[in-house]
Formats: sequence, C-alpha cells, structure tokens
Amino acid sequence: MSVHDYIRERFFPHMWCAGCGHGTVLNGLIRAVAELGIRKGNLVMVTGIGCSARISGYVDFHSLHTIHGRALAFATGVKLSKPELHVIVPMGDGDGLSIGGNHFIHAARRNINLTALIMNNRTYGMTGGQFSPMSGLGIKASTAPYENIDNSFDCVELAKAAGATFVARTTTFHVNQLSELIKAAIQHKGFAVVEIFTQCPTYFGRKNRLGGAPEMLKIFKERTVPVGSTKKAEDPSLIERGIFVEIERPEYCDTYQKLIERAQEG
Amino acid sequence: MSEQVREQDIRFVQGNEACALAAMYAGLDFYAGYPITPSTEIAEILAERLPAMGKKFIQMEDEIASMCAIIGASLTGHKVMTATSGPGFSLMQEALGYAIMAEIPCVIVNVQRGGPSTGNPTHVSQGDVNQARWGTHGDHAIVALSASNHQDVFRMTVEAFNIAETYRTPVILLFDEVVGHLREKLVMPKPGEIPLVERLHTSVREGVNYHPYLPREDGRLPMSDFGDVHRYNVTGLFHDMWGFPTDKPELVEELMRHLIRKIDYAAVSLTYHKAFYLDDARTILISYGSSARSALALVERMRQRGQRIGLLELQTIWPFPNQLVRRYTEHAEVIGVVEMNMGQLVQAVRLAVKKPQRVYLINRIDNRLITDKDIRQTLRAIQGKGV
Repeated sequence: MSVHDYIRERFFPHMWCAGCGHGTVLNGLIRAVAELGIRKGNLVMVTGIGCSARISGYVDFHSLHTIHGRALAFATGVKLSKPELHVIVPMGDGDGLSIGGNHFIHAARRNINLTALIMNNRTYGMTGGQFSPMSGLGIKASTAPYENIDNSFDCVELAKAAGATFVARTTTFHVNQLSELIKAAIQHKGFAVVEIFTQCPTYFGRKNRLGGAPEMLKIFKERTVPVGSTKKAEDPSLIERGIFVEIERPEYCDTYQKLIERAQEG
Repeated sequence: MSEQVREQDIRFVQGNEACALAAMYAGLDFYAGYPITPSTEIAEILAERLPAMGKKFIQMEDEIASMCAIIGASLTGHKVMTATSGPGFSLMQEALGYAIMAEIPCVIVNVQRGGPSTGNPTHVSQGDVNQARWGTHGDHAIVALSASNHQDVFRMTVEAFNIAETYRTPVILLFDEVVGHLREKLVMPKPGEIPLVERLHTSVREGVNYHPYLPREDGRLPMSDFGDVHRYNVTGLFHDMWGFPTDKPELVEELMRHLIRKIDYAAVSLTYHKAFYLDDARTILISYGSSARSALALVERMRQRGQRIGLLELQTIWPFPNQLVRRYTEHAEVIGVVEMNMGQLVQAVRLAVKKPQRVYLINRIDNRLITDKDIRQTLRAIQGKGV
C-alpha cells in the first residue's frame, strides 16, 4: 500500500503552521505503518487535545480524538477490550506529560501494549505558546515573559523509571530514524515510548529567537548525537537519540488473559 | 415452602451487590474503576466475577482514567460501566461530557455520600442530584435513574444499560450510601425475565459510506465497532455525520438540538416511577432513593389512620418527569419533596407543578437517613399543627 492509502486526503492541506514539525511526524508514522503492512482496520489512533492531537484526523485508521491529557486512559480501554488492535497514541508534551503525566506513568507501569509518541515542541502551541513541563529553565513563553523558572522532565528517564519496556528518542530532522523508531515501537510488545523533538517556529522558535524551521532543525541536528556517542562524553549538554530501552517483560493484556484462565479454573 | 419459592434464586445482599449482579445480568463486558467509599463493593465484586466470565475488570489510576477507559472499551463494541462516589463523580465530569458529545453508551454509578469535598464518606446524602444533571460543562441532556430497594436497584441497573444502548448515551445511576450498604432480600430475575437491549450495529457493508452520526428515521444511530470494516472519527468537538470536526453554524446547531432532543423526546418512555396511594391523596410526598423508604413507611402508617396521603417515588430523576409530576399533583394540597440535601429535586418539582406555592422541602442534611418521624414532624409544621 502507498502512504496515500493511509491518510484522509480530503482534509489536506493540514491545519498545522508552516514550518511545524508535526507534519514530519505524521509522515514518519505513515511510512512506518505502511512498511509494516498493518491493515488499516486493525489500527486505532487515540489522541488528546492540542496541535499534536489533530494528527488523528488525518489518518485513515479508526480515530479517537479525546480530551486533554487522557488519550492513554482511553487507549487503555480500547486495547484491553480488544487486544488484537494496534493502538497508537501520539501526544504533545503538555498533553502527555503535564495534564496527562499520571496516565503516562501508569500506562508505562502496566506495560500495556500501546505505542506512545511524545511530540515534544516544548510549548503549548494551540493556546499560543505557553511554557510546558518540557520547556526548561530560561525559556521564554507567553506565560513566562521574564523567563521560565520551572525545571523540565526528561521524557526518556521518566518513561524508563515508570517501567516502559521500549524507550526511544529522535527528532524531526532525523526523518529516517523517526520512521524506523516508530516501526520498532509498534512492533514492540509492551508499552513503547518514542519522544520526538518537533519544532514550533510560530511560538517556541519566535519567542526564543531561534529563527525559523530550518534553523530549529539545524539545532536538532547539531545538538543531538546517537546513543553511546563519544561526543556526549566530551559535551554532556548534547542530547542522545536512539533506543534507550528495549526489554521483554510480561505485557498487560497477555497477563490479563492468563488471569482469566486462572479465574475460570477456580 | 412452596414449589415456586423454592425455584426462586433468593439472595440476601447489599445494594451495591445487587447493582453488580444486575450489571452482569445486563451483559457487562468491561468495568474500569477506582476505589472510593461507599461504592467500592461494586468494584470488588466485579474484580472477582468478570474474569471468571472471560470479561474485563481494570483498576485505573484515578476516576478520570476510569471514565475514559470505559468510553474506549465501549467503542470496541462492549457494554461498559464504572462506579464511584462524590469526589470521583466530580473527576468524571469532563469525560462524561465527552460521552454525551460523542454519543458513547456507558453506565456510571454514583453511590452518593455526604459532600461537598471529602464530606462524609461513610454516610448518606442525596447531594449530587443537580451535579448529575449539570456537572459537565455545556448544554446537554442526561439520563439519571435511582432506586430505593434492591429489587429496584437491580431493575434500574439493567434499564440503565438498555437506555445507554438504545439512545447512545451515558446513563447515571444515582444511588446513595444507605441503599448501597443496606442488606436485604433480592429475588434474582431469571434470564430473559427483564428484556435486554443489545448494541445496534450498522448493516452498511464494507465499502459503502457509513455515517456514524446520522440518525435513522427512528432516531437511533447504529454503531460500528473499532476493528470492524468502517473507519470513522470520534471527537468531542462539534462534528458532522462522519464524526469529523466542524464549526459550521448550521451543523453545530443541528448536533446540539439532536443531543437534547434524543433524550427530551423520549422522556415519557424513560420515566420510571412508583405510585403509592395517590388516587385520593391530598398530601403527596415525592421522593427517591433511600429517603423514599422512609416516606413510604410514613404514608403507610398515616393511611392506617385514614389520612389521605400518598407517595410518588421517582426512579427517573433526569430527564425530570414533568408531565407525570404535574398529573399526580393536580389535586394535592401539600406536596412534600423528601430528600437528603438542601433542596435539589424540589426545584424541578416546583417548575413542574401547577401550584408551586404548595411545594415544600422536607429534608435532612446531617448525613443521617431521614426517618418517617422526621418527615411527619416537618409535615405537621407545614400544616400548621405544631411539632
């Protein structure tokens, strides 16, 4: 199947700003799904609220556009009630790690077979560029006019600590890696997290004088290194990308099935 | 013991157990919940029973997640329920609104306790009546049912599932701590004794345009499960008949009217009630839930003394049965609304009756069950007889 078969072309051009990285994430996601050859009818995309959440409108899967921060909770209901479905849950950094932070750690803890994508642009784009828990110290935002004094999360460390069994990170500059990591995440049996740095030139870039989309992509290129790179040892401020965790552990729906068998013996 | 009695499956159960048994009778496939007093027994019973039936129980991280999870599971074609109490019901409100907007069948049990806030977890109140009606933001219709005894808890729980499936709507079961924790007899209905409504699936074939949000002539909207041949969008935004977001004024208005009308137009068939001694009653008590038990006890005692008093027990709280209340209270001189709050349903009664000046609140607000004696004292005060 061609990538076009996986999108709802009648809704294009999409609503994201010129230069936004979210379209690149959509592209990488569709390529991953197409290369895996997953039947569209077996795919459910669950999203929350925000720029990121609009991605579910553009894919020709079963699509569930829910409320702010709760996509993983809805997805848990979908998955546990019909485990044969592939459930992909793209979230923004505010959606997934601020208002949805609790659901994120608990979905990871359960190791339920969901593919969670954190489209991290370090801001709330839909509402006009407020700071998020991923913005970091010193960042300017519409609600941090002097500068942000909130510490940020490290999504990878958070996912690891919470029990996710697949944890990866990449950026919208590294489009091939993006697609490959999403593929691996979908194929992984268990809770899989892929953090994707994506640029918001409209708010994050403008407010922090980072230039437009090309300049922001260049930062992704220059400030990230492959996992285990020696450059990281020389310059600890560099951010690693690649696969951080890939382990096998009992998956929630599988374990639930065993629980059913035990309950039925009793 | 007669043969007939012996054949019956008679149990001595809590109201919460009657609710759990009824949910399984109705075909509950998926339950998500979070522990909270005084509703926890429902979760505990289902945690044991559902897996043994090959069905799913999940304890979520909070009530928000519980409500979201049942909506997700409903979309894969399953009958779903959650149960909670005051604070948990507050947390569920946003997702409840989502289920209204996206028209997702689901059942939410609220075993009411004292509030606001943490209030009085182990004691009774009926303070969530208006929250059930207006707890989630925005204009909407809602269905909320109640019951005063375990036979009715069973019946109303089954009806809640039936209504949820028929109208593609969340249905709230507004029980209370007394009914939830009281133990009394329950005669288990036999399979088939209470008719069940199953999910209406679309007959539209693969490749043919399916409209998940286009009502049929009879007003019903056939569904297609996630995983089946039709792929569509579900959203909490105003949407078109395919489920895709729209802000076109005419479509926004049309959807709003549809969401209200599908419940309002069905109000009569959604009305469950019990009439006790109302034919010649001049004093009419209106009540629901555990307070209706006390009201009935008083009515029966006063009837023995020849007083023309009756009770209208409302089992459907929302949509409020305006016509029914108006009809029954036409000749009433005193209409006493018995409830354990500062006066919630009494407001709806005043709007429904011909002579609102004859409507009085008879309440108790100390999180203890209102007694027949309490009701009698207030009635005497209303009638100028002194206390």
